[in-house]
Amino acid sequence: MSAGLFIDFGSTYTKLRALDLDSGELLATAQGPSTLARDINIGLDAALAALARSLGALPRFACRLASSSAAGGLRMVTVGLVRELTAEAARQAALGAGARLVASFAYRLTPGDVARVVELDPDIVLVCGGTDGGNTAVLVHNAGMLARSSLACAVVVAGNREVADECGALLRGAAGVSSSGASDGAQRGPARNVVVADNVMPELGVLNIEPARAAIRDLFLAHIVHAKGIDRAAARFDAVLMPTPAAVLEGARLVADGAGSDPGAGALVVVDPGGATTDVHSIGEGAHEPGVIRQGLPEPHAKRTVEGDLGMRHNAVTIAAAAGLDALAEDAGIASSAAQAMLDKIAADVGRLPRTDAERRFDAALARAAIRIALSRHAGSRETVYTVQGPVEVQRGKDLREVTMLIGTGGALVHAADPTGLLRAALSDPLAPQSLRPRAPALALDRDYVLYAVGLLAQVDAVAALRLARARLARL
Amino acid sequence: MRRATIVTGVIGADTHIVGNRILSIALEDAGYRVVALGALTPAADFIRAAVETAADAILVSSLYGQGELDCRGFRDLCIEAGLDEILLYIGGNLVVGKQPWPEVEQRFLDMGFDRAFPPGTRVEAALTQLAADLVLRGSGPAA
Repeated sequence: MSAGLFIDFGSTYTKLRALDLDSGELLATAQGPSTLARDINIGLDAALAALARSLGALPRFACRLASSSAAGGLRMVTVGLVRELTAEAARQAALGAGARLVASFAYRLTPGDVARVVELDPDIVLVCGGTDGGNTAVLVHNAGMLARSSLACAVVVAGNREVADECGALLRGAAGVSSSGASDGAQRGPARNVVVADNVMPELGVLNIEPARAAIRDLFLAHIVHAKGIDRAAARFDAVLMPTPAAVLEGARLVADGAGSDPGAGALVVVDPGGATTDVHSIGEGAHEPGVIRQGLPEPHAKRTVEGDLGMRHNAVTIAAAAGLDALAEDAGIASSAAQAMLDKIAADVGRLPRTDAERRFDAALARAAIRIALSRHAGSRETVYTVQGPVEVQRGKDLREVTMLIGTGGALVHAADPTGLLRAALSDPLAPQSLRPRAPALALDRDYVLYAVGLLAQVDAVAALRLARARLARL
Repeated sequence: MRRATIVTGVIGADTHIVGNRILSIALEDAGYRVVALGALTPAADFIRAAVETAADAILVSSLYGQGELDCRGFRDLCIEAGLDEILLYIGGNLVVGKQPWPEVEQRFLDMGFDRAFPPGTRVEAALTQLAADLVLRGSGPAA
């Protein structure tokens, strides 16, 4: 037997999974408190001790891999030029790298914007703008504004290649040398880690986010893991490979695209209705049918969206705002006044678990609403435009109607009485035919919370990772 | 000097792409950087593309007679987006029915277009005009 240890440094818990890499069997799970503020080892040691107790003794692990969403996750700010173009491409790159977007800016940064970035104190700022050979003024302006600020975090520049290196040099700050060779460190703010990557949009309408994603990941490995104190536990694992949301995206990508001679499951969607946000990942081209006209940005093959207003606990009130309180109450089979009272209780105590049958039904209604709305925003849409030549179909975003699998993950689904019923909220609705949500995918549940482990293992042994996913994802 | 960048497309709910494609190919052959947005392009998409690519000119095609409605406020959109100086051309079947061309042309010039071209304009004529206008503005030549 060859065993693997997988660690998720979360914001509340450090979660461990011990898995048999040959059979995909789950050997044991354990968790400890997240103790990053003091010393990450305290919580990890507690979790490892619990794991040792349930296994008898800790086996010799063939690999020990970790992901992290601790200390607020990988907090990022993105900056682009036109909101629907390079600013959107920058957002896609950051989300695809597993970041938590704390702010996104478009056009020229104002002094107020820069003050806001400094105040937010992100881990990484991604600065984009201009197609190659296109606009240079705004990227230079924005890089200069950030360079002269007291912002000390790492920066990725992935904009118009004509000025990308120049902007990188500006942003490197005090340690950098200006093109004139003059020392103007006082004008430049602190020294920063800066990576210049290929433009996220080299030509209009061409999305190229992988190089920026890779640069973000490199910075995460080289600096952020250290800055957050995660590497103090470095003796206990081999590597912290990526932020946890990126590991889930990589897991989804492996299950969809396969490895080696295994072609994988094909296009799929993963939905995770969490306490603060609802994440949706889709893998696949989501191409348009012949004869349909595509508008808007092309879509990334592996796409992640995060809905900040759809959280089962921290953002339950905004789920109600998006879905309508009356609709939620009706779905739960309770009075609107009772639903409001339950929302108030959740807001007062976000750790609250449902106690009565009515509360459980209300939680299920919240989850269904979060899943339905998150999928509607993630999936593309199609509308009929009436032209002089007759009706024409226009598609924006990904067509997910034919995806083969829909995977649910996260506590709200795993602990639900009827996960199938909740997941069905993601599917296409005959009353909303313009929304290109999945029609009839196979439903699966990440019952043991191993999708992040699949993504981590995929970096080391893709075939074993695929075997693990096959063994552990439960068909509903 | 850098090559001039030209944005092309067919505005509004108009699917007539052939003439616009011929124009785009001719522009490329003449050495311009061409950003071809294709058919069914909303006015705002022309402006977004021009901002991101730092375009020198936008060449709008309209073939289905609704151009006057689609192009209303086009120059204002450009000014709003900081493209005060951008060169704007329009060409095609711009209005419905038989109307004297000088009137139609004046209507589009009043809307802020720098040039309007009647049906049947040769591609070469438009290219010659474009090259001259770009030089006047100090923008880059074709190649």
